[in-house]
Amino acid sequence: MPVRYAVDPARLEAGYRELQSQVHPDRFASATEADRRAAMQWAAAANEAYRTLRDPVDRARYLLGLKGFDTEEETNTSMPADFLMQQMEWREAASDARATRNAAALEALRRDLAVEQREMVKQLERALDADANYEAGCSLVRKLRFLAKLDEEIDEALEPLGH
Amino acid sequence: MALLQISEPGESPEPHQRKLAVGIDLGTTHSLVATVRSSVAEVIADEEGRPLLPSIVRYFPDARVEVGYPARAAQADDPANTIVSVKRFMGRGVADVARYGALPYRFREAPGMVSIDTAAGARSPVQVSAEILKVLRDRAERAMGGSLFGAVVTVPAYFDDAQRQATKDAARLAGLNVLRLLNEPTAAAIAYGLDHASEGTFAIFDLGGGTFDISILKLTRGVFEVLATNGDSALGGDDFDQAIATHWRVHHKIADARGGDTRRLLAAAREVKEKLSAQTDADIRITLSYGQKLHLQLSRAELEQMTAALIQKTLGPTKKALRDAKLDTKDIDGVVLVGGATRMPGVQRAVEAFFGRVPLKDLDPDQVVALGAAIQANVLAGNRGADDDWLLLDVIPLSLGLETMGGLAERVIPRNSTIPVARAQEFTTFKDGQTAMAIHVVQGERDLVADNRSLARFELRGIPPMVAGAARIQVTFQVDADGLLNVSAREKTTGIESSVAVKPSYGLSDDEVARMLQEGFAHAEEDRDTRALAEQRVDAESLLAALRSALEKDGGLLDASERAVLDRGMAELERAWSGTDHRVIKAAIEALNRASGDFAARRMDRAVSGALSGRSLDEVARK
Repeated sequence: MPVRYAVDPARLEAGYRELQSQVHPDRFASATEADRRAAMQWAAAANEAYRTLRDPVDRARYLLGLKGFDTEEETNTSMPADFLMQQMEWREAASDARATRNAAALEALRRDLAVEQREMVKQLERALDADANYEAGCSLVRKLRFLAKLDEEIDEALEPLGH
Repeated sequence: MALLQISEPGESPEPHQRKLAVGIDLGTTHSLVATVRSSVAEVIADEEGRPLLPSIVRYFPDARVEVGYPARAAQADDPANTIVSVKRFMGRGVADVARYGALPYRFREAPGMVSIDTAAGARSPVQVSAEILKVLRDRAERAMGGSLFGAVVTVPAYFDDAQRQATKDAARLAGLNVLRLLNEPTAAAIAYGLDHASEGTFAIFDLGGGTFDISILKLTRGVFEVLATNGDSALGGDDFDQAIATHWRVHHKIADARGGDTRRLLAAAREVKEKLSAQTDADIRITLSYGQKLHLQLSRAELEQMTAALIQKTLGPTKKALRDAKLDTKDIDGVVLVGGATRMPGVQRAVEAFFGRVPLKDLDPDQVVALGAAIQANVLAGNRGADDDWLLLDVIPLSLGLETMGGLAERVIPRNSTIPVARAQEFTTFKDGQTAMAIHVVQGERDLVADNRSLARFELRGIPPMVAGAARIQVTFQVDADGLLNVSAREKTTGIESSVAVKPSYGLSDDEVARMLQEGFAHAEEDRDTRALAEQRVDAESLLAALRSALEKDGGLLDASERAVLDRGMAELERAWSGTDHRVIKAAIEALNRASGDFAARRMDRAVSGALSGRSLDEVARK
């Protein structure tokens, strides 16, 4: 696959399956122990690679790492003011909906988040593939990490509501 | 004795070289064994033509064991020594077992897993399960006229590491070579998908005697990919029987049913429940131990009312599985029903209402898991036919992690990760000069360690004293294709290493299995050395054959001195093979395995680059 951010999911999946069909431990169940061990390591590596490349945030983080950039998700918490404002609004809406057990509001919020995430992935594509602006890429990964956390919280809130 | 040949994957061996392989569904209420004969998977029935073996084991004071129908007939007369639904106790402690209410067994707290006092002495659930597996192994070997090369044994997809390890131990104890532990819904999907040449996204709804699984699978061009799985490893038909029995106890004012009477009531409940799948009213007459005669009645409407909450309990895991797969019910192309409890009209209606489509149930829900396991076993044994070019990608059902400061669980491998999977995470020391680190491995989705299942604890010692936070401890989790976990820890600046195959604290060590096997053989009046010798010889033969074919194909990867090392190892093993000491053969096998590790890795590299080189990704994608 070419080293770039935009991927064709169908090609990625086909490549992954082709590789797994060569190395999966099921192909080596009656081979020697050494063969079986090697197959397990290869198959695990293939799974890890596929998982990383399939996920838009993991893929960006991996690509940035290749370019020598650390996304500093644990240490760098500075965010543009408008993004922080938006975050606070969403969090407030989520906690209100949670308190009132309003599943419809939570679902609506999740849809809004999905739209925002798609938009940021598009920005990542531009930043990484067209502009080679890796600093901007790091910032977008940090923002997406924020959104993912909020998404998880909404999921947790929805669970007891039977969704 | 001629050496066995092993064909390359994708090539069909000659019929006389087929290795005998079976699939075993080790169920809560009954178990089955199946195999592939003339390209068709079929269940192997007992001598009286019965496909099912009740998963019931009775122990006698003289250590004699009865399994199946005779044990079932005795369950009410000898409840304390007749173990039913032992699957519910696999890998479980006394506290877990308490949730099943009053059981007629004398449980004993053993390290980790319960042990049951029987007339023949204390027996662990692993040993009880092994008795069931032995009967199935014997049944298969008689029917197929030879000793088994190996077996695929199924487990509920939602089984945790402890339950899987216990199942594998039971199979080894029964003298089975476990080719793979396979998730039950995945096995059903194989049988179903290959039978119908299906493509699309399927939900497998598997409600058995004691466990519930829901798996979402994508079937495309010969790949069975599990997207997500969820379930409840303590929910099944047994719970419906309990609900009915409780209702009768209240209705007929049976104050304290003794062990045998509890069994009588439960057996009657099961019979009536099964009748109510076909009719709207059912009744049965039983006599309790103290002579009281009862006429027990139940209507389907009553049954559905008393089981509605239990059936509803299946929908929570189903929703979670869909959400983890990032799918909606409208994305599902078909729903397959598996497990005897899905025969209940109430269950079928609930599934239909939830998914908005009529579920598929044209394969026998009792047999479909064993059939799928048999198909997988046949392929894994190397009997791959021209039509068998399919691949199975399964997942782990529960997240795996470690305890960190404050009793919090840090997730290392999230649930629904495709297996095999390996993942490393770095930790550091908490105090200045800390030289040891306790590693506590847990499984589950909760944030607090105490709410998850503890799998293993071990210590990494010998960390050189450093200031807090300076040491870099890399902990690696590796889950193999059976879904079993291995954990290792390494201090990166010094290379100090410690690792543990995560056997839950009550998992059996290899030595214990060997000892129990030997005891078992002594009891069966078999010569254990003869058996061990035969087993080691088969292992030696398959290693030699595999290595010869590898050398023929890829011998060019080795230089002369490397080749000479392998040739010596093979000659050594051949010499050991012709001797009579199984320990010498085992040592030679291990030495040759070690010597060929590097060759195997190089062959794999070549196979992978061969598969992907010289072709553009477009070509690969078009395949």
